[in-house]
Amino acid sequence: MSREERIPRRILDRLKSWEGFLLVVLLVIITVNSLQSPAYLSVQNQINLFILSIEKIIVVLAMTFIIINAEIDLSVASMMGLAACTLAWLFERGTPVPAALAIGLLVGVLGGAFNGFWIARVGLPSLVVTLAMLIGYRGLARVLLEDRSIGGFPDWFDNMGQQALVGPFPLALILFFILVVLAVVILQYSGFGRYVYVIGNNREVARYSGVRVQRVKMTLFIASGTIAALAGLLFAARLGSVRGDMALGFELDIITMVLLGGVSIFGGSGSIYGVLLAILIILNLRNGMSLVNITGHVQTGVIGVLLILSVLVPNIAQYFRETLSRRRTIPSVSSD
Amino acid sequence: MNALIRRLRPEQIRELVLVLIILLTILFFGTQIENYYNARFFNRISTSVAIIAVVAVGQTLVVLTRNIDLSVGSIVGFTAYFVGQRLADNNEIAPLAAVLMAVGLGAAMGAFNGVLVSYGRVPAIIVTLGTLALYRTLLVEYSDAQTVLTADLPAWLLDLPRANIFSFNDLDLRVLVGGMLMVVLIFYLILRYLPFGRRLYAIGSNPEAARIAGFPSQRIVFLAFVLCGALAGLAGFMFLARFGNITVVAGLGLELASVAAVVVGGVNIFGGSGTVIGALLGAILINLLENSLIRWLAISEFWRDALLGMLILLAVAADAVIMSRVRDIWAHRALEEVEPDQYELESEGSGYVT
Repeated sequence: MSREERIPRRILDRLKSWEGFLLVVLLVIITVNSLQSPAYLSVQNQINLFILSIEKIIVVLAMTFIIINAEIDLSVASMMGLAACTLAWLFERGTPVPAALAIGLLVGVLGGAFNGFWIARVGLPSLVVTLAMLIGYRGLARVLLEDRSIGGFPDWFDNMGQQALVGPFPLALILFFILVVLAVVILQYSGFGRYVYVIGNNREVARYSGVRVQRVKMTLFIASGTIAALAGLLFAARLGSVRGDMALGFELDIITMVLLGGVSIFGGSGSIYGVLLAILIILNLRNGMSLVNITGHVQTGVIGVLLILSVLVPNIAQYFRETLSRRRTIPSVSSD
Repeated sequence: MNALIRRLRPEQIRELVLVLIILLTILFFGTQIENYYNARFFNRISTSVAIIAVVAVGQTLVVLTRNIDLSVGSIVGFTAYFVGQRLADNNEIAPLAAVLMAVGLGAAMGAFNGVLVSYGRVPAIIVTLGTLALYRTLLVEYSDAQTVLTADLPAWLLDLPRANIFSFNDLDLRVLVGGMLMVVLIFYLILRYLPFGRRLYAIGSNPEAARIAGFPSQRIVFLAFVLCGALAGLAGFMFLARFGNITVVAGLGLELASVAAVVVGGVNIFGGSGTVIGALLGAILINLLENSLIRWLAISEFWRDALLGMLILLAVAADAVIMSRVRDIWAHRALEEVEPDQYELESEGSGYVT
């Protein structure tokens, strides 16, 4: 087989893969949307569509690493709330905003390290630890702000979240693009990324092969906490005010995007490209549904169905493929 | 102490520790809060435990098979609203019919989860994350932003939460609580003595081995989801009875509360071990702490969730530490039992050398 023959086949295989399927779905959604509304393809609408969920999709990047590593972090949304509430609480007491921002990020680092300690060092299941902290961090956020809503931040802070920084792009979107590049490089092209996959595939084998499992997991949870805190602070800047129940329930949307991107909930497989496509699909789908006046609740339901179908359809396809190949082989065996 | 531990099964140790912690909690708050031991407090906690414990029993069945059901909160909300609305439309519906309607509706929703998990081979966390959103959406669409009002409900339903099986001084055993205890007892017996119950454990501790042993794993996991849905439906009915006013946010967050109860109750999140008694104790402990912390004057109400999260974590960490100790002791016992043989072999070996 020559090289020339292999390349088209490789492209074909790519298209048959999950990412290829997602790409087709995305193109269909974009086509339908642009036929529905002429406003859809405008630059402003395209940027808006990102901005409306920018905090979630920033956290999705970190969650991809965590789930590929065969763990889960349910506490991210609570951490977003906690970081924002820390900022508001400090601001209320006269701390300058830059210092409050730094402390908000530090809270994310510490919270992530706290999760990581119980998961990586003590060895408790991450589902349980982060479930407890989903309640715990949210509780702390409520302790800080009780039932108040705090706004009135300096103008530059509100502008940071609401106005464009470079060209038409606001700061959060630029940060997201930087994080995407970082995530792609680290996960797909670095040694650390390989470790993330190897541990996700088989933790014991990774440990016996000399991978520092605890350190990798610790790093991931600290990163997850920090990025969640960053997203929470950006959310505060975009909304211009902070409440104790900010970002409540975001963890489900975030996990949905990662799983739809083809990352196995059991770890070890999936890629950042699939997740990026899933992000685009969900954002464009929600935007398209909004354009035809479908309410938020129905949108959530549709995405729930999509999540289930994303695993069910390949399973059914595989089932039929197996039955077909069995039917093909059995007669040939009996005729021998 | 060690001798005692060896006599007990691991679940029993877990449950004893939980009972001990619950007693210590009650004693501690008794010294902190004036007039802590009164009947109203007991009644309030027992009624709110009733609903969460029924959901937690269903959750236990599913978690035992190495799965999870995150849609229970939405099922509780949907059944509470649906049955509430039927009853508001037609006050003549018999009580038993209303309960059966709730249970049946819940079972149907559980069956949908179960089909996808066991026959569609979609991981439970994905299916139920999807149906968590889907069932809630159905509720929002179905309700059309209307609320079920207490005033429209039949009188027997409104009296139900205050109805007693018996009372002792001011200490009441409510019908709802009695029903919950029945559910726990029934499922305790099923899990302990019926083949179906034992198979849940077998599938959870080693799905591959269970398959090779010829268990109809798919059907059993499917049934676990149906039962979990049915129990969530029953809890939906109890929710309706207790609160009367049902909006679209009914039962929101119950999925996490039930998982928390199950986990604190010592049911292994990776399947194969745990009991419904443990889940009940977990639910009691969480509720007791929640309600006591509010009344504890030293802290504000807003501290409740922050402390609750830490306590769940500590309960699980303590459980892990204690269980690994117990396992050591058991391993020791196993060693002691084989020791005579080993000794013989060793002496034979040394004899051979000399």
